[in-house]
Amino acid sequence: MAFNDYEAVIGLEIHVQLQTNSKIFSADSAAFGAADNENISPVSVGMPGTLPVLNERAVEFSVRTGLALNCAIRKHSVFARKQYFYPDLPKGYQISQFDQPICENGYLEFYVGNEKRKVSITRAHMEEDAGKSTHHGDYSLINLNRAGVPLLEIVSGPEMTSPQEAAEYAREMRKVVRYLGVCDGNLEEGSLRCDCNVSVKRKGETKLGTKVEIKNINSFRFIEKAIEYEIQRQIDCKETGEAIVQETRLYDPDKNRTFSMRSKEDAHDYRYFPDPDLLPLVLEQSYIDQMRSALPELPSVRADRFVKSLGLPEYDAQTLTQEKEIADYFEVAAQASGNPKASANWIMTDLMRELNDSKTEIGNSPVSAQSLAEMIQLIDKGTISGKIAKTVFAEMWTTQKDPASIVKEKGLTQITDTSAIEKMIDAIMTANPAQVAEYRSGKEKVFGYFVGQTMKASKGQASPEVVNELLKKKLKGE
Amino acid sequence: MELNTSSITSIAEAVKTKKISAVEVTSHFLARIDQHDKKINSFVSLNARALEEAASIDKRIAAGESVGALAGVPVAVKDLLCTEGLRTTACSKILENFVPPYSATVVEKLRAAGAVVLGKTSLDEFAMGSSNETSIFGSVKNTWNLYYVPVVSSGGSAEALAARLAPAAIGTDTGGSIRQPASFCGVYGIKPTYGRVSRYGIIAFASSLDQAGPMAHSTEDCAVLLEAMSGKDRLDATSASIEVPSWSKSLRKDLKGLRIGLPKEYFSEALDPDVARVTQEAIAALKAVGAEPVEISLPLVKYAVSIYYLIATSEASSNLARYDGVRFGYRSNFDENPAADLGEFYARNRGEAFGAEVKRRIMLGTYALSSGYYDAYYQKAGQVRRLLRDEFLQAFEKCDVILSPVTTSPAFKLGERISNPLEMYLNDIFTTSTNLAGLPGMSVPVGFSKLGLPIGVQLMAKHFDEQRIFDVSKALETAFKAGEKVPNGI
Repeated sequence: MAFNDYEAVIGLEIHVQLQTNSKIFSADSAAFGAADNENISPVSVGMPGTLPVLNERAVEFSVRTGLALNCAIRKHSVFARKQYFYPDLPKGYQISQFDQPICENGYLEFYVGNEKRKVSITRAHMEEDAGKSTHHGDYSLINLNRAGVPLLEIVSGPEMTSPQEAAEYAREMRKVVRYLGVCDGNLEEGSLRCDCNVSVKRKGETKLGTKVEIKNINSFRFIEKAIEYEIQRQIDCKETGEAIVQETRLYDPDKNRTFSMRSKEDAHDYRYFPDPDLLPLVLEQSYIDQMRSALPELPSVRADRFVKSLGLPEYDAQTLTQEKEIADYFEVAAQASGNPKASANWIMTDLMRELNDSKTEIGNSPVSAQSLAEMIQLIDKGTISGKIAKTVFAEMWTTQKDPASIVKEKGLTQITDTSAIEKMIDAIMTANPAQVAEYRSGKEKVFGYFVGQTMKASKGQASPEVVNELLKKKLKGE
Repeated sequence: MELNTSSITSIAEAVKTKKISAVEVTSHFLARIDQHDKKINSFVSLNARALEEAASIDKRIAAGESVGALAGVPVAVKDLLCTEGLRTTACSKILENFVPPYSATVVEKLRAAGAVVLGKTSLDEFAMGSSNETSIFGSVKNTWNLYYVPVVSSGGSAEALAARLAPAAIGTDTGGSIRQPASFCGVYGIKPTYGRVSRYGIIAFASSLDQAGPMAHSTEDCAVLLEAMSGKDRLDATSASIEVPSWSKSLRKDLKGLRIGLPKEYFSEALDPDVARVTQEAIAALKAVGAEPVEISLPLVKYAVSIYYLIATSEASSNLARYDGVRFGYRSNFDENPAADLGEFYARNRGEAFGAEVKRRIMLGTYALSSGYYDAYYQKAGQVRRLLRDEFLQAFEKCDVILSPVTTSPAFKLGERISNPLEMYLNDIFTTSTNLAGLPGMSVPVGFSKLGLPIGVQLMAKHFDEQRIFDVSKALETAFKAGEKVPNGI
């Protein structure tokens, strides 16, 4: 028996930290990076008599996300207490949602390579984050800054079959929440956290295998690797007849393996019950409609539009829609220049390179979308050549000047005057009789040499098209 | 001015018009506490800044500033309400040295109205108990007879009032903890409608049942205090956005046409003869001023105690999870005897610091919420609770106020029932249904047992209809003046 005789069943639980200013149930700041235990009040500490009050903004972010994931929004959802003891859980329970979550029955569409996939979203529920424990030999410290930060836990159906598919699902989810502006999607800082449920079964079997949960994965690459390892491990178990235990495992990226954290015997009875401190959350249809109409265009829809109405290749459309800000930039440039494909090319090559090299966000780009569009228009009008444009772009990046004045100041206007170019060609042919003879004897690759010499003589300003045309004529002795 | 028998409004009026200073009023009651509380044991902490706070009221009056309706009125506060900078213990070892960095909204509101917090009064540990015998500070004695219990958790507040150690007191009521001690101690006490008063900063027992309320020597005093305490609080999502009327200024002169509902289930033969007699006297007095008694039926009330103990213990088991010794409160001596693991850390902190009654209720509640039992216990209790509420609302179509006994019997002897929790729980039969239905309920002193122990009656009305309760209370007050009698030796 081999790998191919089995199939994997994968489901993801993604915790999205909602980027509200304050915590989900108190006025404490939810900002990341404050000094230890700076963002706490009696409520975050779970002091006697303190009470939770729901943050309206967290509801708004949850509804927006739910709608973007094609979910039904519950008009009546209920907060419940999930009870367990842990030192960084101040109240001895986490306020979460249990049988009546705010979002249900949605789906997410994304590509794996060129293939479109659709994975169902079972539910998305609101909850508060716990604090953070750090262990130092014989003592532990607790930081409660994170305790009470709003989370939306998004649960997929157990429908994915490959590590690649799971990773692409997670990437698409990150794109969506970033587009919505509800989360920065930072896996390393933990603002997006992904737990993977993995089981394997023999091909064709309908009964699901024993499920194992992998926690603590902080990059998309590791999601893929952890699941890959786990599938192989479970297949090995099946092959050797070893039982697969229902358990939680952690992924160790250094060793590229998963290891057991706790088994089901330690599983808690969370004793969920509706939190009597919070009334059921009741949403009006008008509120939901209003949230829906305020949704931005989502990445997959936008990519489709870039292909269909702007004529971009699928690859370009996917690349440009990875980040909302890039797609926004592209749209401005494409519109202003009237040349979507050229805009896409410039953004995906020169602009991206400069941004990456200087670690600049596109929102802070020294070259604005408007300037880039003006430059593309200069090319399209034949004022400058594509080659000169590279120089102009570099100048725009460093000086932030507009392309027209750079061209003017530096005298970079393209020479299209045929008589001037003819004169240059004549001089070059006179100076290089051997090469002329070579060309005429049929060695046409020497043509490039003449192009280079002519461009050099014109300081790059000659129109390449005109140069090509004239050179062909003259070299053939026409 | 005879401060021991003065009403709150007359004290505030005298302070405002500088006939007496707030400092003099506070000093008077502090002296009384010093003199009498050794034998009653009603206060567990005194506010070291009480005189300072009183002085600042005087200063504001001297400066011509406006002060509230409770100017210079000393208030005894149950030690379940957090008071910034003043130890708040819930009478539990687990919070023995807890000094909150914040005050309950109710305390803030009382202070904003000019009240002076005298100190913190004793209660059953975490308000759990029906006899005020489970406090770590020792049991509170009944001022009327030191061998008898003041009953139920706000006993300290009730006794402090009865012994005239304070003219006003604040209690909390989860299943009768304001009304029962008020009845046993001969004072007035109202549990307002659920949501009327903010729960923020009040140590939670059972969140869906808890309400704070005033205890005092007259209907008007209770009304004035409740006016100051009530209102929507942005820190409590369950507090109601509803107008707070001036109950004290709107009391009716007579009760013509007012229908008094008498639930037949509440008047069984099991009732103590003294309680039955006093209740009938109250009904007769109300009839005399124009009220019409109407028999009503509340068949589900027989389940109230069962539902109550499922819901209250379930919520309590969850609310008390935060007392783990991690961030505040009691922590076992791990320096001397280190814990083997996290489980032992929790077990020792909680095991050593919670008392037997609290542990019993945590166990009951944990069980009722457990997987496999939740549906049969907690959820079922919630369903019956809604039916009970509906039953009350239907009854209020036939009457305006419901009148009943407060407890099945007058105060019992200390130690008499502590060994039989079930029997003690049954004493809550008349009061718990009010909390379950979220209705306002008040205990009004009416008469005395043959042994001379006070007996009150309970009045209930529709949600947020405290006015009707105060109207009827005023009529009983006029008829019996039972709150004016002072215990011997006080």
